[in-house]
Amino acid sequence: MAKTAKKVAMTGNSACAEAMRQINPDVVAAYPITPQTAIVEDFSTFVASGKVTTEFVCVDSEHSAMSACIGASAAGARVITATASQGLALMWEMLHIAAALRLPIVMHNVNRALSAPINIHCDHSDSMGARDTGWIQIFSENAQEAYDNTVQAVRIAEDPSVYLPTMVLLDGFIISHAIDRLEILEDKQVKDFVGEIKPPYSLLDPDNPIAVGPFDGLHGYFLEFKKVQNDALESAKKVVLDVAKEYEKISGRSYGLFETYKLDDAEVGIVVLGSTAGTAKTVVDDLRNAGKKVGLLKIRLFRPFPAKELAQALSHLKAIAVLDRSCSFGAQGGPVFLETRAALYGQDGQMPVSNYIYGLGGRDVSKEQILKAYEDLFKAAKTGKANDAPTFLGIRE
Amino acid sequence: MASIKELARKEELFTGGHRLCAGCAAPIAVRQVLMGAKTPVVAGCATCCLEVSTTPYPYTSWMTSYIHSAFENVAATVTGAEAAYKALKRAGKVKGDFTFIAFGGDGGTYDIGIQALSGALERGHSFTYVCYNNEAYMNTGTQRSGATPLGAWTSTTPAGSVVPGKPNNRKDLTAIVAAHNVPYVAQSTPALWKDLTRKAEKALNTEGPAFLNVLAPCPRGWRFPSDMSIEMAKLAVDTCVWPVYEVIGGEWKLNRKPKEKKPVTEWLKPQGRFRHLFKPENEHLLQAIQERVDQDWQRLLKKCGEEE
Repeated sequence: MAKTAKKVAMTGNSACAEAMRQINPDVVAAYPITPQTAIVEDFSTFVASGKVTTEFVCVDSEHSAMSACIGASAAGARVITATASQGLALMWEMLHIAAALRLPIVMHNVNRALSAPINIHCDHSDSMGARDTGWIQIFSENAQEAYDNTVQAVRIAEDPSVYLPTMVLLDGFIISHAIDRLEILEDKQVKDFVGEIKPPYSLLDPDNPIAVGPFDGLHGYFLEFKKVQNDALESAKKVVLDVAKEYEKISGRSYGLFETYKLDDAEVGIVVLGSTAGTAKTVVDDLRNAGKKVGLLKIRLFRPFPAKELAQALSHLKAIAVLDRSCSFGAQGGPVFLETRAALYGQDGQMPVSNYIYGLGGRDVSKEQILKAYEDLFKAAKTGKANDAPTFLGIRE
Repeated sequence: MASIKELARKEELFTGGHRLCAGCAAPIAVRQVLMGAKTPVVAGCATCCLEVSTTPYPYTSWMTSYIHSAFENVAATVTGAEAAYKALKRAGKVKGDFTFIAFGGDGGTYDIGIQALSGALERGHSFTYVCYNNEAYMNTGTQRSGATPLGAWTSTTPAGSVVPGKPNNRKDLTAIVAAHNVPYVAQSTPALWKDLTRKAEKALNTEGPAFLNVLAPCPRGWRFPSDMSIEMAKLAVDTCVWPVYEVIGGEWKLNRKPKEKKPVTEWLKPQGRFRHLFKPENEHLLQAIQERVDQDWQRLLKKCGEEE
């Protein structure tokens, strides 16, 4: 239980690697990339010192990393990997295949901007670019959540009703490199929690040879197959909640599809994900102290998107601002905005929903920027009008 | 080395009924390679003719375990499975031994898949990579690859009045693989069934990475009658266009030295893809091709410590 939990100070990357050590996966195939590198390095030391029995495959590229993970997972192994930014982009082809082959691979993506210009700092354009690949995507606010999400991701991915790859997202540098205080579970607690992987099929069953990834022609089963795949991803929502409940019993920490902060009686609210939620919460506190009824909703599960639940949680607000740390070029707003507004569409008394793009390429996110969004919201609540196009917070003009 | 009777009695791991073209040498090569397996096989396939034609869902020609994921990554996919095998065997969750084989065409091997192949070889996984080499992207209608010979017509190197077919020589992938200093590397062709089945047995039962580059003539892409595939492969060996040799632990060994080295035109002439080379204005190309074949052959003889 939480009272016996071990309190440690470590970076987000080390927290992820520590969770991997405790899970002791069968295979890790990975390729280092800033700002994920320390996860692979830490894990390599666990391999070198015999703290894990994992077969570690240090591959030639992220494309090969995901390809080897696919081969290993199809062979019935529990598989974890990690990447970031350009690495995730290079994997893109294989992300779709991992999901469609229904392989429960767990992967950290340490969020970093995509080139050009080359930039190693945090934004969410990498994982947002992978939002339609069929992976489950779970965002983390801090090192504690990155650790907790990793342990839970194994159970979510491997649940028989899901059997899909799962991405644990953490903000590059802000979470990955900052030393944070967190509680980690005992090794045995993690081992018992994740249990053994029980693959329904394996390449390594000579009595039951299987064909993975056959060819589906024009008159095949493609459309039906994609429907089934989408249903499986939808069913992950329930599993995420079930696993969270079970995890709370051993950790004392509760998780949901999203977290609400002072939202129940709020008049206006912000939707955000990742580390910025921490900064935004302090702005909420400041405004609450000044007597303003403001709140916040932090999305944890981005894929599958908890649209109905989110719409219900936001339904009482007079105005909403959605903060996006990536740009969906040429779209009506960022990906979180598009999902949120679509979730709210058609509700009675539709409130104005504004979009703010912030923090691209690791640009510092200040309390002032978030305060501006709340101040706009008070106006929007009165006028009933959202901004016409995304507002870029903190842009130099 | 198994006799032909013993080979004939072996369990068939690759069945008929697949959709490969009449006369295609790829399935012949696959059958001969699989005859070398002594333990259950995990076969991987790159996206290619072999892949689309042998696994039209819900059918499969593979009596082995089989995985296809994408075009450029069969070496990574199969070695991922091999890594899983090592981990699961260590944990006592998998019993028995397995043979891991990655099959790819020349496009998926010489070109788009060379990085994954190189990485897998360098990491030292126990697996055999088999390139069935039909010298172009035949699955999509004969586009040039890094294995396409000089002067060949392909749909992306058409024989025009200004550019008469492919302007570049093919790359020597077998030598590139040998430069990785892996335990076993060989070139062969299904026309020499004894040579190929012996090499397959050697490769599949070698600890560490092994590589087979198997010339697999393609009637459609090379433009010759479909009953001549084996003949075309034999001619490739007899003209020294496709010498059969092996590199064992860094030692180069020639396996067949034609008694009489035939002129390269004997291999070129029956193939429609080289028809334009026999126009008077392209005679210099025939010479250039012959010179290249001679150069490569001399270089190989030297590597193998053979007399000219």
